[in-house]
Amino acid sequence: MHDTPMRYSAFQLFKQGLAGHTGWGKAWRSPEPQPAYDAVIVGGGGHGLAAAYYLARNHGLKRVALLEKGWIGGGNTGRNTTIVRSNYFFPESAAIYDFALRLYEGLSQDLDYNIMLSQRGMIMLAHTEHDMETMARSVNAMQINGIDVELLDAAQVRDEVPLLNFGPDARYEIHGGFTQRRAGVARHDAVAWGYARAASALGVDIIQGCEVTGFEIADNRVHAVQTTRGRIAAGVVGLAAAGHSGVLAGMAGFKLPIQSYALQAMVSEPIKPVLDTVVMSTATGMYVSQSDKGELVFGAGLDLYPSYAQRGNLPVERDVVAGMLEMFPSFRRLKLLRAWAGLVDVCWDYSPIIGPTPIDGLFINCGWGTGGFKAIPAGGWMLAYLLATGEHHPISAPFDLSRFTTGRLIDEAAGAGIAH
Amino acid sequence: MLLIPCPWCGPRDEPEFVFGGEPAVRPIPASEVSDETCATYLYARSNEKGFHRELWCHSGGCGQWFLLERDTLTHVIHRSLKPGEPA
Amino acid sequence: MSRLPTGGRIDRAAPVPFTWDGRALSGFAGDTLASALLANGIRVIGRSFKYHRPRGLYGAGVEEPNAIVDLAWGDRHDPNARATLVDLLPGMAARGINAWPNVRHDAHGLIDLAHAFLPSGFYYKTFKSPSWQRWEPMIRRMAGLGTLRPTADTRHFDTRHAQVDVLVIGGGAAGLAAARAAAASGLSVMLADDRPHWGGLLGWHDGTIADRPAADWIADTVAGLGAATLLPRTTAFGYYDHNTVGLLERRATAASGWAEERLWSVRAREIILATGAIERPLVFPQNDRPGVMSTDAVLHYLRVHAVLPGSRIVVATNNDTAIAAALALQAAGAEVIIADARAPGPALRQAADHGIRIHPASVPVGTGGRHGLRWVDIAPRANLAARERIPADLLAVSGGWSPAVHLFSQSGGKLRWDDAEAAFLPGEPRPHQHLAGAVAGDAALAEALAAGHRAGTQAAAALGRSVALPAPRAEPAAPATPIAPLWFVPLKNTRQWIDLQNDVTLDDVALAARENYASVEHLKRYTTLGMANDQGKTSNINGLAALAAFTGRAIPDVGTTTFRPPFVPISLGAMAGLRHGKLYAPVKHLPAHDDHLAAGADMREYGGWLRPACYLRPGETPAAAIQREATAARASLGLFDGSSLGKIEVQGRDAAAFLNLLFYNEVANLKPGRLRYCLILKETGIVYDDGVVARLADDRYLLSPSSSHTAGVLALLEAWHQTEYPHMDVAFHDVTAAWATFAVCGLNARALLTALGTDIDLADAALPHMGLAHGTLAGHPIRIARVSFTGERSYEISIPASRGAALWRHLLDLGQSDAATPYGIETLSVLRAEKGYILIGTDTDGMTLPADLGMPGPLRAKKVDFVGKRSLLAPDALRPDRRQFVGLLPDDPAYIPPPGTHAIETADGARRSLGWITSACHSPALGRSIALGMIEAGRARIGETVQLFHLGHITTARLTAPCHLDPEGDRLNG
Repeated sequence: MHDTPMRYSAFQLFKQGLAGHTGWGKAWRSPEPQPAYDAVIVGGGGHGLAAAYYLARNHGLKRVALLEKGWIGGGNTGRNTTIVRSNYFFPESAAIYDFALRLYEGLSQDLDYNIMLSQRGMIMLAHTEHDMETMARSVNAMQINGIDVELLDAAQVRDEVPLLNFGPDARYEIHGGFTQRRAGVARHDAVAWGYARAASALGVDIIQGCEVTGFEIADNRVHAVQTTRGRIAAGVVGLAAAGHSGVLAGMAGFKLPIQSYALQAMVSEPIKPVLDTVVMSTATGMYVSQSDKGELVFGAGLDLYPSYAQRGNLPVERDVVAGMLEMFPSFRRLKLLRAWAGLVDVCWDYSPIIGPTPIDGLFINCGWGTGGFKAIPAGGWMLAYLLATGEHHPISAPFDLSRFTTGRLIDEAAGAGIAH
Repeated sequence: MLLIPCPWCGPRDEPEFVFGGEPAVRPIPASEVSDETCATYLYARSNEKGFHRELWCHSGGCGQWFLLERDTLTHVIHRSLKPGEPA
Repeated sequence: MSRLPTGGRIDRAAPVPFTWDGRALSGFAGDTLASALLANGIRVIGRSFKYHRPRGLYGAGVEEPNAIVDLAWGDRHDPNARATLVDLLPGMAARGINAWPNVRHDAHGLIDLAHAFLPSGFYYKTFKSPSWQRWEPMIRRMAGLGTLRPTADTRHFDTRHAQVDVLVIGGGAAGLAAARAAAASGLSVMLADDRPHWGGLLGWHDGTIADRPAADWIADTVAGLGAATLLPRTTAFGYYDHNTVGLLERRATAASGWAEERLWSVRAREIILATGAIERPLVFPQNDRPGVMSTDAVLHYLRVHAVLPGSRIVVATNNDTAIAAALALQAAGAEVIIADARAPGPALRQAADHGIRIHPASVPVGTGGRHGLRWVDIAPRANLAARERIPADLLAVSGGWSPAVHLFSQSGGKLRWDDAEAAFLPGEPRPHQHLAGAVAGDAALAEALAAGHRAGTQAAAALGRSVALPAPRAEPAAPATPIAPLWFVPLKNTRQWIDLQNDVTLDDVALAARENYASVEHLKRYTTLGMANDQGKTSNINGLAALAAFTGRAIPDVGTTTFRPPFVPISLGAMAGLRHGKLYAPVKHLPAHDDHLAAGADMREYGGWLRPACYLRPGETPAAAIQREATAARASLGLFDGSSLGKIEVQGRDAAAFLNLLFYNEVANLKPGRLRYCLILKETGIVYDDGVVARLADDRYLLSPSSSHTAGVLALLEAWHQTEYPHMDVAFHDVTAAWATFAVCGLNARALLTALGTDIDLADAALPHMGLAHGTLAGHPIRIARVSFTGERSYEISIPASRGAALWRHLLDLGQSDAATPYGIETLSVLRAEKGYILIGTDTDGMTLPADLGMPGPLRAKKVDFVGKRSLLAPDALRPDRRQFVGLLPDDPAYIPPPGTHAIETADGARRSLGWITSACHSPALGRSIALGMIEAGRARIGETVQLFHLGHITTARLTAPCHLDPEGDRLNG
């Protein structure tokens, strides 16, 4: 049994302030790994941490370990552009992403950690009449699936985001767009830390600095993981390692329909508030929001060759900036403050892979590509369900690896009108 | 940015090229290919962290396809090969 | 603070007027904005981010954390300008930011009273009720620094690309020695330094090189670099793959309309990093007061700008470099006191000999003075309670030097902690990389010169050249007393700043450690240490050293956060360069572009081409124009510019066999002179493009992919040929731009072409529908294909593009008597919709298979393993409830369902989409609305009525076959 962590509140902040903040306890424990656990989760990003939490909370599992080769939240969870939304085309996608968004809406209370969810809306811009038609198709699909989206005309877009490029020299006219009001941003580090704190309080052992180097498999069933901190026996194992999913799959002897790429993201220096919603453009591929610190957080497309380097190169960096400035010419005056890259596992149909692997007892949650942050609560929930019951939750079933054999892909790129 | 050695044009800058996937041989005839084999050919990737064999096209130059041996972690390029050149 | 009457690199004959917060002030040419403000006695330059405490100038270069100002000058505006990096120019208007009403008297400074309740990460522990969004607007208004102006910067930003043999980053002693050696070998050299003057620290430190003043050696060396590319005022900000470096040059002047900032992307065969080191502050109680400055910065302002920022100066240090500065300050007329954290060494004793009061083994334990320093408390380390109060107007601090290893680390270099130097030094250099000078731990002048020369020689040797020049000499310095690391002062209940801009204190680091945010990356993110504009240049090392102490680890076990580009904040405008507006992405024009404009065409972009959507007569709306054009094309004669349609010639002995592998439809049995409408698939079976395939000869074909997919189809052909079928004898050539193509359609189409007077036999027997003929027109080669996308008798005539505009005009002329009507692409879309012909990318998407479009034949009939064949046999491809291409007739003939409208079914109160409408319009031929769409099991449901849903509005429609007009195709031969 572990001590319940001190509740976070304004009152507690005040009380601790008087005591010089010496009374705060650890946000999460750093225990030595035990020789065996009922469930082992590999990957200490948002999805892994959420899975650990839901395993303990929803399914009451007591002996759970989360293994992270670096420091928790240090991968894509700490590197993304913090956008949350559920405006996806197919009913299966709408179900899982909106499940995640609904969990996000209650997460700060649930975890007793302010994840700073700001549902300031997200506008996707349309630059041609054809774009508007494609968007109408998407908006109708979403409305039919119960997602809160609205089609906007050019005047409405201009009202909401006056800094957008409506000038005569704009390369891409803005014809309108569509918005999801419940979409927005959340503080990525807080999501990771919040889940870690809550999971640790429920007894999950979070083991950092512990890299999985192999699996012990007998009779096609996984029995233990080999790590840089020793052998750990496991009843079931869940993989949530994003860009490294292929590496782990390779250790277990199977392949995934995934390629790992560097996705660059950038922030500008902080300025007073100028952008109150999230904006994406199909023409330039860019997305931008303004953080609560005042920095513009933006990104666009991948550095288009496989990479585990977590860094991108200058040509794509410049493309991303050019794309954003084309939408927001006044930002030309600002400066780039930080640039970095994540390691994204891009799946063929731009939908995740959740479910069993060819090895019994080994389950996987991966393939979120450039869009994993928004799905963290759902990915964790679904992986936990699989680990605890051995079965798919109805929401995760369509994303099973077998869809590549049947051909029943959930092609969100095609859904968005992007040709392959 | 990457400096990629096109086997015909020599070392050229990254923006002149397009990455074209991992090499694979088409399984034929269609009537004898199982669903699993088809799926593996279409979708499975080795996606190695480290030494990686990949197809590239010098689309902004000579337009030729070639094989590149490159490390996906360090981006060190070992060599490029023309199609059919012995490995 | 005062401006000295002589000395410095300023031009006292060239005063520079500027304003600060509206006040008129003056500096001199050669000043930076920072030195000018300092000279004018401006102590409070800004406010800290969180607590809004007054901030004064701390440094003199890229490390400056406090002097962020709003700067306007002419049409330029920078909301977050770093005053230390701004060369003062007449008319500059600088303002303090993030304060109200101004930085000197900021009302938000009251927040500091509540600092005890606002530690790092306080917002994670609260603001949860009722929700973060209730509090967010207030927090957002408090956050951010400068204010953006909504107008765009209209200046152009230049970009340069360069390849060079040796790139030397850093123009101090080491860098100059390296460049000198490399240039002497005859290699091409580029030398960059972020200051306007060469020499680095030698610009304000004494030095003798080869028995001459350093300034002379510097001038001679630079002059002797010959053909080298010299880039002063240029910061190398990013070290990328394969020796690519990004640099930002801030030119002194630029041509009118152009920005001073210019981006360089440079690839060098060998790179020499001589990036120097950055002085660290000391961490002690109340160390954030305006008037606390970097010792080296104080020396810089004294020597370079002739500004003495104080008359009673306390120098607090733990290393020898500050002592030399103290002597210089005394020589300039200030009273100087030194508090050295170490036992007295030779340098400190020498200072005492000069009459400077010394406090050995002592540290600062407090400061005082509103709006700027008035006193400093010093205490012996052995007894921190024994405080002595020293009146002072400047406290110059030096906590040691951190090698500027940022670029080295970006390149993948590993760092090693050196206890003796109390610094992270570079480990092994990366391939094709050399390090020299303070960055590598060789700060002393003699060592720096030697190391620089060695680096330049090694770089040359790596490229097969030798250097016949001897190394530059300097007297070795007297051995220095080792630094005594002093990461903070162990006093409780004090506020000691580590990150001055983001207000991260020692207590915040302790809190992070206590709460187990123990990784250095967690520390950074939790406290925001190092995430301000200065990117941690003065805070990273102090922060991680404190973390090490609080978590009981050695500094190297804590490590540093990852260094990433950019090294300094970089102008976004410069990064994008000229890539904006029309230059962002090119758009292609038709050969008859000008004629279309003259005819009133409504031009829109389609697939990268600018094409007429329709032609507007005066007062006409596009909808009306489209109806008029469509009617005319069927009734009499329509003319369409189809020049953007792809044309790919395929030639070779194996052309037929190869194309038969690539296309879904059978093309090998096409006879020369015949055409066939075909689909080309991806290996996943998905329809990638459609188009007409023409056989010109046994070994020659002409493909017409859609305008937007031409490059893609060519790439597909090349990829398959080169990677899978290299043994096949076939070659491809994109001739799209070589030919102009016009469609002539309607009852009078043949008459018009006859009137043209070509030598082609236009009788139906000679040129049947889906046939092709070659000939000439007025001596020019032409092709005429009889193919129809409108359902009317139709011909496509192609002529070399240079004759295109002339032919278009001629056709219009000749056709006047038959009321020849040019029609645009939107009109064509209506005409083909009436016939149920698909438009790739409109009626199809990334999921459509041939059978979905009602074309199952070739899968059964074609023996060859064409691209995509196996995928068409996958379980999902054979699903009976797949969406299929059908027609729809809305029950209300006046209602045109917008494309994107879904067909739905409702079961148990829940709606489910059955598919969607892909095309819809008013049909002039039928006088009512028609639509096309992809509907689940559509073909089996023809005749049924379905519900339509558009943004909540429900209507109904009947499913039909896609072709709404002339299904027998009689009009093709009309």
